[in-house]
Amino acid sequence: MFEIIESLKAPWAWYVAGAVIGLIVPALLIIGNKTFGLSSNLRHICAACFPANIKFFKYNWKNELWNLFFVAGIMIGAFIATHYLSNSNAIIINENLKSTLTNLGITDFQHLMPSELFSFNSLSSIRGFVLMVVGGFLVGFGTRYANGCTSGHAIMGLSNLQWPSLVATICFMLGGFIMTNFILPFILQFN
Amino acid sequence: MSNHTQPMNDIKLDETSACINHSEKKESIFSLVKYAFIGMLFGIVFVKAEIISWFRIQEMFKFQSFHMFGVIGTAVTVGIISVAIIKKYNIKTIQGEKIIIVPKPFTKGQIYGSLLFGLGWAMTGACPGPIFAQIGSGLMSGFVILASALLGTWTYGFFQEKLPH
Repeated sequence: MFEIIESLKAPWAWYVAGAVIGLIVPALLIIGNKTFGLSSNLRHICAACFPANIKFFKYNWKNELWNLFFVAGIMIGAFIATHYLSNSNAIIINENLKSTLTNLGITDFQHLMPSELFSFNSLSSIRGFVLMVVGGFLVGFGTRYANGCTSGHAIMGLSNLQWPSLVATICFMLGGFIMTNFILPFILQFN
Repeated sequence: MSNHTQPMNDIKLDETSACINHSEKKESIFSLVKYAFIGMLFGIVFVKAEIISWFRIQEMFKFQSFHMFGVIGTAVTVGIISVAIIKKYNIKTIQGEKIIIVPKPFTKGQIYGSLLFGLGWAMTGACPGPIFAQIGSGLMSGFVILASALLGTWTYGFFQEKLPH
């Protein structure tokens, strides 16, 4: 029993995580005919809280309550995993990435996010503000423009062999590749 | 790739991204708790497989680690097999309804939007699911990213009819 708990506390392997995520697709279909997709929740929250008489937000978001329950579950699960299923070991990071980031003054490798970039304090630095606020804006704007995110297109859409989702997934990856390799090294210099 | 014909052309864009695929049956608040349970499992995986880590996303886009490719690749494989089984054996929902997956129609917005999304994904290290997991995990930056993402979605809604699709 002790060993099971200890192995649950170590970081989970990609095939375990991938299998669980993949099984969410049939689980949602079977328990309620729901297609997996998380970004619509951003729209539902806008529709519920700030509809502002915009046509795009005029629909009955209450029909989509199941998805808001789903994200509430994500928050609870993340809380449980962080507080009851984690060990104190630092996250293992590729050495090349470590040295690149160290050169840019990012040295907090203890947690899932480097505190030099992602914290309330770093909001006052140019790079912290750009990463969190501009980055977050692009996520919210892009996902709605694309009509789906990594879950709705890359997982659900590809599971159903929809070619538009393949186009979207390739573009997600291309955008991420361009940002990480060509734009981020520039942004990260502005401490 | 799609084995569906696309009967969607006459459906306006704002009707395609939400509210088209839910069960006919109304569910009580109590019944909705089952979605929270599945979400909870997902949230645990997000944290335990470090999918919400900015470092993991950086490693992926720098091709320095196989981890995220493995996660996404396995998830898609399991998803494809599951959906194929559901279709082949005509598996019904637990309420006895036929399972319907309405395909998303292609628009050029998927190219523009997906590229913008990819930029934001690499900056924040978070797509919409992990944003909520970051908050649950106690990362305060998650609130900032969520607020910005909501503003982005709202801005899209505001300009939707003027944007090329």
